[in-house]
Amino acid sequence: MTKLADNVNPDVYDKGSEREITSNERNEDIVDEIDQREVFDLIRNINDPEHPLTLEELRVIEEKNIFVDNKQNVVNVYFTPTIPHCSMATLIGLSIRVQLLRALPSRFKVTVEVSEGTHMSEHAVNKQLADKERVAAALENNNLVQIINQCIVNS
Amino acid sequence: MAKLELLQSLSGHKGIVWNVSWHPLGKIFASCGEDKIIKLWGKEGESWSTKTVLVDGHQRTIREVSWSPCGNFIASASFDGTTAVWDKKSGQFECNATLEGHENEVKSVAWSPSGQLLATCGRDKSVWVWEVAGEDEYVCEAVLNVHNQDVKKVAWHPSSDILASASYDNTVKMYKEDQSDNDWTCVATLQSHESTVWSLTFDKSGKRLATCSDDRTVKIWQEFGPDNQEGVNLEDRESIWKCVCTLSGYHTRCIYDITWCTSTGLIATACGDDIIRVFKETDDSDPNAPTFDLIHTKLNAHSQDVNCVKWNPSGNQELVSCSDNGEVKIWKFTEQ
Repeated sequence: MTKLADNVNPDVYDKGSEREITSNERNEDIVDEIDQREVFDLIRNINDPEHPLTLEELRVIEEKNIFVDNKQNVVNVYFTPTIPHCSMATLIGLSIRVQLLRALPSRFKVTVEVSEGTHMSEHAVNKQLADKERVAAALENNNLVQIINQCIVNS
Repeated sequence: MAKLELLQSLSGHKGIVWNVSWHPLGKIFASCGEDKIIKLWGKEGESWSTKTVLVDGHQRTIREVSWSPCGNFIASASFDGTTAVWDKKSGQFECNATLEGHENEVKSVAWSPSGQLLATCGRDKSVWVWEVAGEDEYVCEAVLNVHNQDVKKVAWHPSSDILASASYDNTVKMYKEDQSDNDWTCVATLQSHESTVWSLTFDKSGKRLATCSDDRTVKIWQEFGPDNQEGVNLEDRESIWKCVCTLSGYHTRCIYDITWCTSTGLIATACGDDIIRVFKETDDSDPNAPTFDLIHTKLNAHSQDVNCVKWNPSGNQELVSCSDNGEVKIWKFTEQ
């Protein structure tokens, strides 16, 4: 039985342009701090679990909803489910978390939360995504890891 | 000035080290984690090294290890849904019993002070009490389903068979066996934290309990019994636990563990901001409204989250801690 997607006909948006590479970034002597745009690039191409579209195209992720503090080693990502009762919210958040855990230096404390007021179970989803023990246990579940890997394969 | 001096940093685990546990005499400790092994560490001269590695007991992450009060057994709780009991009757540690019953991840395991009872808890929201029934034999005495979320930690009272559990449902519960019908029941619910309670530790007397939470606070709870001078109404119960102190504003992220030293009375915490903090009750503290001072802050104690802290039970002011990045560290605390 194929489950019908929660949001059968989501709004689709254009992709943003690629990051321009400046001469400073080509200069090996200048330290490039990890910034908002770099974190955005790491997660913009994550696939939606239900549609052949990226999280950027669905505006689940936007650059303006990413906060980076290099000094405090903090990265906060707020994502916006396409509909307030999206049952995939936890899976999407988990995919973002896994991608950032794998791609960012381990010094960063990554927080992934639903943008305020955009999901009915916002608090429950956020609490689960913040519980590193439950995330660790989920990542030992092979079926789940396969699904997540399929979502982040293009990132 | 108080100081926490690093004695040694121990590597050897791959991935997250979730928990460390001292042998009751404080000369050996065990560590466990994501790599599904248990390491036993001992001291030779001035330095700590791996004495034994216990493998093949679990299929998934080992979340917690716990020594029996006699020091002859180790229990390990795993995400694979089982709890293993290891003994060294053959001369070396072997797994001779596996406790099965939890539906999924087992998060914590603890021995009662007599060594006759074991408690386990897990993501299936239940707390189980097991009785040692004979050699390599454990019988389930009770399955307690009073939490309505994931149960993170179980701990026994230091001198009597009272069990406490901490949960994702933000509460702490206490259980006791009813002597009239041998039924285990929940005798208290401690409600005050605003998010997951990750760990708990009794003080030496067992009259106080300290809890730590994702809400970034530590709370001190006190028992009021039938003879209480404060006039606390027990409402037909044997005793009541009240939150008498909240330490807030000290931790910047989730507090994963807390340990209350039985000889010095010092409290240490393990935090998601990589810091180990030490608190001491103030000299003029009111017993019914105690106050605590933060007497030491060890910044960057580990390079990632600190998952567990434990005072050495011998009272020598050694502290062991472990972290997400595979490290275990031994510290010496001194208060000058």
